[in-house]
Amino acid sequence: MSSKLSAVLAAAKAENRAALIGYLPAGFPSIEGGIRAVRALIEGGCDIVEVGLPHSDPVLDGPTIQTADDIALRGGVRIKDVLRTVQEVADSAPEAAVLVMTYWNPVDRYGVARFAADLAAAGGAGVILPDLPVEESEEWRKAAGEHGLDTVFVVAPSSKDKRLAEVTAAGSGFVYAAAVMGVTGSRAQVGSMAQDLVARTRATTDLPVCVGLGVSTAAQATEVAGFADGVIVGSAFVQRILDAGQDEEAALAAVRALAADLAQGVRRR
Amino acid sequence: MSENDYLPGAQVPDARGYFGAYGGRFIPEALIAAVEQVADEYEKAKNDPAFLAELDLLLKDYTGRPSPLTDVHRFSAEAGGARVLLKREDLNHTGSHKINNVLGQALLTRRMGKTRIIAETGAGQHGVATATACALFGFECTIYMGEVDTERQALNVARMRMLGAEVVAVKSGSRTLKDAINEAFRDWVANVDTTHYLFGTVAGPHPFPAMVRDFHRVIGIEARAQVLERTGRLPDAVVACVGGGSNAMGIFHEFIPDAGVRLIGCEAAGEGAETPRHAATLTKGDPGVLHGARTYVLQDEDGQTIESHSISAGLDYPGVGPEHAWLKDTGRAEYRPVTDDEAMQALRLLSRTEGIIPAIESAHALAGALVLGRELGPEAVILVSLSGRGDKDMHTAAQYFDLYDSEGK
Repeated sequence: MSSKLSAVLAAAKAENRAALIGYLPAGFPSIEGGIRAVRALIEGGCDIVEVGLPHSDPVLDGPTIQTADDIALRGGVRIKDVLRTVQEVADSAPEAAVLVMTYWNPVDRYGVARFAADLAAAGGAGVILPDLPVEESEEWRKAAGEHGLDTVFVVAPSSKDKRLAEVTAAGSGFVYAAAVMGVTGSRAQVGSMAQDLVARTRATTDLPVCVGLGVSTAAQATEVAGFADGVIVGSAFVQRILDAGQDEEAALAAVRALAADLAQGVRRR
Repeated sequence: MSENDYLPGAQVPDARGYFGAYGGRFIPEALIAAVEQVADEYEKAKNDPAFLAELDLLLKDYTGRPSPLTDVHRFSAEAGGARVLLKREDLNHTGSHKINNVLGQALLTRRMGKTRIIAETGAGQHGVATATACALFGFECTIYMGEVDTERQALNVARMRMLGAEVVAVKSGSRTLKDAINEAFRDWVANVDTTHYLFGTVAGPHPFPAMVRDFHRVIGIEARAQVLERTGRLPDAVVACVGGGSNAMGIFHEFIPDAGVRLIGCEAAGEGAETPRHAATLTKGDPGVLHGARTYVLQDEDGQTIESHSISAGLDYPGVGPEHAWLKDTGRAEYRPVTDDEAMQALRLLSRTEGIIPAIESAHALAGALVLGRELGPEAVILVSLSGRGDKDMHTAAQYFDLYDSEGK
């Protein structure tokens, strides 16, 4: 059975291009504004969106996403608002796959089975759980499987080959290859580690391999699209919204414009 | 260092780092290889006589172990007449128990061929100990410290810089220990090839809770023998402060098989455990995941960490080591809240009755001992972990007791 996420990735592949995956935290810059911003990712050309669940302790995020999470939490965003963001985006853009990216504790606290059920009911396609390693993921994967959700695992340049095989065997949808060792945030260069990691990952799995961390420009998207099945961009979108200050229309326009630019990038390979 | 099975049939932690339901390894994939390297190297090191001999020599000649056991007669009179014995970790080099773990992990860092060490610090005691070991071993050193803590523990910031460490004031979140740990993890992910994260307490991902405990077990091993020699019997209770819980695990561990010895951890209750401003994680928190382990966490119903508050920077933390969570649930240890004021009164009392100025962290244990002594009466023997000295806290104490403008009451 092909999942929504697999279908979207297969469609991009059929067009002989990489998929574009955009990230924004829910509740940023506000709960309603966040819904519009995630829609703008899709309007601009993202095939897949990751809705972030803002967290008090985002240990894998650089200053840009930390700032967005702070704004979202101070604005009162709750898990129910994250799920509503997923629902409203999924309802208005049935062609896109909507994922939730979250640290583990909010899911643990909300209830593993309950979160899986509510995310599936909202129209979510799956999750990325960056601080839940495969070894700790059995309960989640069982719940996700029961609700038809994909679980995307992250692999890193430091992952050894044997471990890559274990991680990719447990995951579904796609494999998230971290381009660099570090936290989220734009970088001048994507780095040569990404291409090597994608090749090593492909040797262990038939799942699509998408690359994120540090990608922010169309030129970088083109470069990554040359060796990966998808290009993941987060902090650059967040930065566009931060730069727009209080002007929501300008923020949405900037998000759409960057997505369109990156969408061209992933088609130029 | 292999005396792990202290409950019948239980080897803790298990192979996945679990103490009952607590512990484990909730970390990003990028850190898995590094954490496994630490675990593998530690397994080898703890069975390597040369490693153990070098550590023992450092503990003796550099740290000054064994630390003394001090009878505090005048203080005991205020504790219902119970005989209070202090395990003097404050007399270690650098002024706290933290050096025990730091020297162990510094040797491990050298074995792993890494050249840079990072660490978090709350009160600055772990940071000072880490900066000290880096000076001794020639490692590059970066210490992350919440901005609030750099202000209230300014003396320790200066000490770390004197020792050659870079001190980074962390301005995110609550700007205290929790956020310093977040920032250290971010550094580690980016620099893991060259860098060891010298974690300072019995929390974090496996193997840190067990490894840091093992390096501090010397406290309880020495103290148990010293109490037996001094009094001819085991104590009725062992009392220690608990933030992350390293000095408490260190002194508790050897006593766990002694069923008649109560183990009592004193948590920081700040302005009161019933107020929103406290750090009493085991008393008021719920099981969750923070900083790589499943443990008790101060959190809201969405799993967001709640900011903790304590006058003591070293106890101002919304998590706790997973072995403490397990000891609480099994009932082997008890955890009691101690307010800022109770701790400060105990700090002044020990200063004035015994000429020993304790750290504010350790004063929480002293306050717990005063209450416990009155409960148990004059026949009781109470062993207290005096985990650190109070020099670093003089600014806070001077403000609290108005010592700068006039003499205290």
